[in-house]
Amino acid sequence: MIVADRKSLDEILNMLKPYKKVLLLGCNECVTVCATGGEREVGVLASELRLFRAKEGEEIEIREQTLERQCDHEYIDQVGPFVGDYEVILSMACGAGIQFVAEKYKDKTVLPAVNTTFLGVTLEQGVWSERCQGCGECVLHLTGGICPIARCAKSLLNGPCGGSSSGKCEVDKDLDCAWQLIVDRLKALNQLDKYEEIIPIKDWRTSRDGGPRKRIREDLKL
Amino acid sequence: MRLNYPTNVKIVKVPCTGRVDALLILKTFESGVDGVYLAGCLEGECHFLKGNLRAKKRVQYVKGLLEEIGLGSGRVEMYNMSSAQGQRFAEVAREMTEKIRALGPSPVKKKV
Repeated sequence: MIVADRKSLDEILNMLKPYKKVLLLGCNECVTVCATGGEREVGVLASELRLFRAKEGEEIEIREQTLERQCDHEYIDQVGPFVGDYEVILSMACGAGIQFVAEKYKDKTVLPAVNTTFLGVTLEQGVWSERCQGCGECVLHLTGGICPIARCAKSLLNGPCGGSSSGKCEVDKDLDCAWQLIVDRLKALNQLDKYEEIIPIKDWRTSRDGGPRKRIREDLKL
Repeated sequence: MRLNYPTNVKIVKVPCTGRVDALLILKTFESGVDGVYLAGCLEGECHFLKGNLRAKKRVQYVKGLLEEIGLGSGRVEMYNMSSAQGQRFAEVAREMTEKIRALGPSPVKKKV
C-alpha cells in the first residue's frame, strides 16, 4: 500500500488560514489502511479544525467526505455536485489522489493534509515499513525476495557495504542491513550461488530518472 | 453507600472503555464540555482483555491532539477502578472536577 503521514495541525491550519468553507476529502484505499486519511481520520481532523477555529472565535464549515478512491475519475466525479459550495479542498489521500482531484477541479485550490511517504507493508497493527520504491525493474528474483533498492540505505545492488555491522545498517542501529537479510535468506534457500553473480549497473531510466511514467494497455482502452 | 459526587459529571455509558476512540472524545469537546475522563476497569482485569489498555493509549493520543489544538492536554484523563469501588468513583469525580475547574472553562464552549 501507499503509506502516508498526517501533516501537523499547525501546518494544515496555516494552509487553511484564508478559508472558511472547506471540503475535506478522505480516501478509502491505502491511506485508510495506514490510518492516515480514511473516514475516521477525516472525522478527527475535521473535529480538530472545528475546535481550533471555535477556540479562536473564527468560523469554519467543513464537509467531510470519504471517497472510495481519489485516483479514479468515477469516484472524484462524485463530489462534482457540491464542490462549488466550498472555497477549498483539503485532501487526505496520497499525493496521487490529491493531484488527481486538483486536475479534475481546476478552479479549486486543493491542499494536502498528509505527507505521502512510501510503498510498504503493515508489520503489525500500527507499524508500517517501506518495501518498494517502484524502480521499474524488479530484481527480487536475484535477491531472495528482499529489495536492495528500497531496503538498503544506499540502494546497493552488490552489497553489503562497510557500514554493515552485526546485521544492522550504519544509518540506524535499529535498521536491518538489507544485504545481511539477502545473504541470510539466500543461504536458507540454498541459493547462495546467486550472491556470487554480480548484478550489473542498473538502468535507472525505468525509475524516476526517466521522468514521470505512464502505463498503457491498448486492449483495455475504451 | 449513598456517596456523593459533583453533579457536573455526566456519565456516558459504554460497554467497555475500549469502545472509546479519539473522535468520540473530540466530539464531546465540540459539544462544549470542559473535560473528559474515562473510568475503565482495573488494568489486567478487562472483561474484553485489553479494552482499558487500548483506551489508555487513545487518551494519550488525544492529549497530543488537544495540545496541538491549544485546549491543553490536561482536559482528558484515564482512570481505572473496579465496579466495586464506588468510593473511588466518587473520589475521582471530585478530583477531576477540581482539576478542570482549575483549568477554567473550555475556550470552545458554546462557540462550536
